[in-house]
Amino acid sequence: MSVAPPKMLATLRVNGAEIACAFNPNRTLLEVLREDLALTGTKHGCEMGHCGACTVLVDGETVLSCLTLAVECVDREIVTVEGMAGAGELHPLQRAFVECGAAQCGYCTPGMLLSAAALLESNGAPRKSEIEAALAGNLCRCTGYVKIVEAVALAAERMREAAHA
Amino acid sequence: MQRLPPFSYEPARSVAEAVALLSKYGADAMPVSGGTDLYANMKQRLFAPKVLVGLRPIRALRFIAYDDARGLEIGALATVRDLAESEIVVARYPALARAASSISTPQLRAMGTVGGNLCLDTRCNYYNQNLDWRAALGFCLKNGADICRVATGSRTCLAVNASDLAPVLQAFGATVHLAGAGGERTLDIAQFFTDDGRNALARDAREILVKIALPPAQPGTRSAYRKLRQRASFDFPLLGVASVVRLDAGGVCRDARVVLNALGPRPVEALEAAQCLIGTRLEPEALAVAADAAYKVGKPMENAGTTLAYRKRMLRVFTRRTLEDVAGAGAPA
Repeated sequence: MSVAPPKMLATLRVNGAEIACAFNPNRTLLEVLREDLALTGTKHGCEMGHCGACTVLVDGETVLSCLTLAVECVDREIVTVEGMAGAGELHPLQRAFVECGAAQCGYCTPGMLLSAAALLESNGAPRKSEIEAALAGNLCRCTGYVKIVEAVALAAERMREAAHA
Repeated sequence: MQRLPPFSYEPARSVAEAVALLSKYGADAMPVSGGTDLYANMKQRLFAPKVLVGLRPIRALRFIAYDDARGLEIGALATVRDLAESEIVVARYPALARAASSISTPQLRAMGTVGGNLCLDTRCNYYNQNLDWRAALGFCLKNGADICRVATGSRTCLAVNASDLAPVLQAFGATVHLAGAGGERTLDIAQFFTDDGRNALARDAREILVKIALPPAQPGTRSAYRKLRQRASFDFPLLGVASVVRLDAGGVCRDARVVLNALGPRPVEALEAAQCLIGTRLEPEALAVAADAAYKVGKPMENAGTTLAYRKRMLRVFTRRTLEDVAGAGAPA
């Protein structure tokens, strides 16, 4: 095998922090987040774009970090599940997932939370079918999805109430 | 963990820069936009280019524009989501919006581009496997061996075109615009695909796809697209059926096109099926005759998802349903 091209130096903006990193161009965002930055909240599932476990937000859009190069994310805003909770307080989606029993083994949960967060960013009062469509790229093998959809609806309701309060 | 093989990454900021980089590196380089197909294939070691030319920074190629005289123009870097959500596409080319919204998942629609979907690598049960799997079997035509595992007597690769957009674009009579060192050239979309799944695109390795153009939507035009797949999200088509028809003011069909995909390396135009519709008012009997004609022309192989027999049977069913969508569509755009 040929010698790998040298590492490149770049600054990634992750959860609002500027982080200087060095990585090879063939490193995926998933690998850099988990292995270099120790942000293991983003889960490593199928690696092939089939499961959604590695979903993160890049410039507000849901992206599969297993099929995105870290080098392609320079100068873009990356949000992982670690960036969802505020100071000592869970994001309303996280709280709703806990209360509704929407997480069982938990492996799909970070991806589910970020897909749901992207939905609520653009649609504060989603119908059930819209929640299902927004989560169609995230596989869960435990819950049967019902409680996840309920949790997103509950979080949306609370976020609307909080906005009006 | 499946990691990407080593490569160097060269971002291109303009079409000229992309073409220059591809010319410089020749066969060692591949262009990448969304990467959703390319990176997955590279992880499986289907190919390992030394250089990737990143097209994402070419902002000028992310557009969707409509003009009554020129028709619809789609920049190759418009995302699949851009296309699915475009108001003009939803209104005037509904089958195209429907096909786009049926591609994979929200994440992959936001990442993948229209140009990338047209340039998808062809797929086959014997090709889209990891290296160990393919090595154990002794590889296939598309991997450099001298035998096709699907039809051992075949001299050409039978891997399928799995694009949802390609058959719809062909039914609309689209053209594709390629940029290379010698300037731009335009191909009818049917000429963009070949009959051999190994080199299934008429694109030179040093060219990039820059734009797809569709003729203006004529009054009375209706369109529909349906795909067979195992799950209602994620999956590539096991069969795709696109149809575009034009009705006159009296409701009589004057033009029709029916295009089938995911059967072989290129979309297949069902010419006889389309002929069966012309002059009719898309009555159920006419649709059934057209579906029979499509059934005859479509020849799936045992190389994608479900069984050959099921895909073959579904050809008639999905063609009829697609034509029912067209017949039952509301007021023509």
